[in-house]
Amino acid sequence: MKTRLTRISLLAAALPLLWIPSCKDAGGGPAATEIVIGEVAALTGGTATFGQGSHAGTQMAVDEAGTVVKKLISREKAVAILGEVASSKSLEMAPICQKAGIPMISPASTNPKVTEVGDHIFRVCFIDPFQGTVMAKFALARGWKKVAIVTDVKQDYSVGLSDFFKKYYTANGGTIVSEQSYSSGDKDFKAQLTALKGSAPDAIFASGYYNEAGLMAVQAHELGITVPMLGGDGWDSPSLTQVAGKAMEGNFFSNHFAAEDASPIIQDFVKRFTAKHKSTPDAMAALGYDSMMILAAAMKKAGTTEGKAVRDAIASTKDYQGITGKITLDEKRNATKPAVILTIKDGKFVYVETIAP
Amino acid sequence: MEQFVQQLLNGLFLGSIYALIALGYTMVYGVLRFINFAHGDVFMLGAFSGLYLNKWLAPMLTKLPWPASIALVLVLSMMICAALGIVIEFLAYRPLRDKPKLNVLITAIGVSLFIEYTCQLIFGATQQPFPVLIPKSNVAGIGGLTVTNVQVIVLVTAFSLMLGLRFIVMGTRLGLAMRALSLNPTASSLMGVNNGVVISFTFGLGSALAAAGGILYASLYPSIEPFMGITPGLKAFVAAVLGGIGNIPGAALGGLIIGVVETLVAGYSQSLGIPSGYKEGVAFVILILILIFKPSGLLGKVEREKV
Repeated sequence: MKTRLTRISLLAAALPLLWIPSCKDAGGGPAATEIVIGEVAALTGGTATFGQGSHAGTQMAVDEAGTVVKKLISREKAVAILGEVASSKSLEMAPICQKAGIPMISPASTNPKVTEVGDHIFRVCFIDPFQGTVMAKFALARGWKKVAIVTDVKQDYSVGLSDFFKKYYTANGGTIVSEQSYSSGDKDFKAQLTALKGSAPDAIFASGYYNEAGLMAVQAHELGITVPMLGGDGWDSPSLTQVAGKAMEGNFFSNHFAAEDASPIIQDFVKRFTAKHKSTPDAMAALGYDSMMILAAAMKKAGTTEGKAVRDAIASTKDYQGITGKITLDEKRNATKPAVILTIKDGKFVYVETIAP
Repeated sequence: MEQFVQQLLNGLFLGSIYALIALGYTMVYGVLRFINFAHGDVFMLGAFSGLYLNKWLAPMLTKLPWPASIALVLVLSMMICAALGIVIEFLAYRPLRDKPKLNVLITAIGVSLFIEYTCQLIFGATQQPFPVLIPKSNVAGIGGLTVTNVQVIVLVTAFSLMLGLRFIVMGTRLGLAMRALSLNPTASSLMGVNNGVVISFTFGLGSALAAAGGILYASLYPSIEPFMGITPGLKAFVAAVLGGIGNIPGAALGGLIIGVVETLVAGYSQSLGIPSGYKEGVAFVILILILIFKPSGLLGKVEREKV
């Protein structure tokens, strides 16, 4: 069974599949108290810091949830899949999980199409329309009437975010003055930035991931572009400010979670995570943690690890108090929850406001 | 108009780095008649040497004025990568010298993957910020044009290195030996040229230029990772073919053309209805067109191969 699932995952995304035994004392092969859950997270490549963050959070939840699910029936096959962060990869994995009848929970794929694949696919994050809409709302509230959009055409995530931003923004009185695009992995954005500079926008919506957003900020700065840049949760990585330095100051992005949020649940999580991993958790770690906890809670509720029962239990998740807010899974298996807006100040992410669903 | 000039400038800076990398491809091809696909990875190693030298030598570098410290980091990285290039040639390519060219070509791809994944193991897969070697300031431009001092330094360094290379190849005895070897290896060795030494030197020189390219590229785009060499490496390869592979001025010209064309496509494709993300494709469309219409490249000589 193991080999078959491994092969499935390799087909899905050519990514490392990690087998996480939920209890460490099993010894040897899978014992009667072990539940195999497949986790797929990119530990290398362009979105590596997301995968690594998500993996750290998931691992921590597994350690903590171990005692809860220990008594449940075990099989030698994976009973659920946690993953992936990037929408493109989740979209490739989802049909396989759906066909095999294995529930899949994506911690952070925000593209709407992911859960549309079938009734076994869930997510614990909000979806692109919401993030795109949040940033459009935010831009309009700040009085920015002309926005230029830069999209990563290689990422479903970025394309989705840009689409929904555009929809809400133009329907509510804003004008998109320039639309530019690039492909993940590009380092040079001078051409696109020079072109959009000519259209004199009030702000730039860069819906791609942190690598390119950081470099883009540096080059915008060099070209004398001073308007703020806006982004989604794809920006949430320490690399963002390490690469861009001062050029990133005063830009905004939406996110699932802010480590600076003073609420006791978040502070407690930050404390435990920091003690274990010697670094502050990012949103990916919090989402990875929540996805594993929701799965554990569902398995406990179902009292079995059988695919259908676990699926039903996950689907009935309501007002689950996670690290990233109160999570309810709607009939489309998407999480309904609030988003936070962060800004970059003195090289740090600073909490600005929370925008409700 | 102003926007157009700015785009030309953007393309020129990008192109000067492609040109530096393309020179390495073209030199190795000129001498050995094979494409060293690991060249883009030496470029990456150059950037990482720069990163680590800057870290390790920090106590000393902070005492020096910045032009001296960047020169030191640049020269040391070039020396490290030259040594690596020579070692790669010695271990991977030399044993295959009398074997069919295809064997060496496939080995080069293997070497490239080996370097990439070894580096991923050592340096990690995440992007690392490249230190600011040159304190950035905008050089006052005309009208709305902006040029930073980093860009100017990159351009000047790239061109001085190209001129230096031209001097070595055209004005020294070793350069003469390189050209002789390129024309006919058997004849050159009969004339007393030590082919092994000349080939090692060629690899060292090409790798040093790649290292310089890596550091300059990382100064312009300060985010580096083990796979950063793949795309610039491929584009530089296209540049070398465009200019006429084996031809040194051709490689420089090809690099500049690819840089400018790519930038113009990215900047203006939107008004033509093509998303600017497709600029990548342009370099390869150019490659296909050259292979169809002028296989020897812009400045290349037509060679008849005996079959």
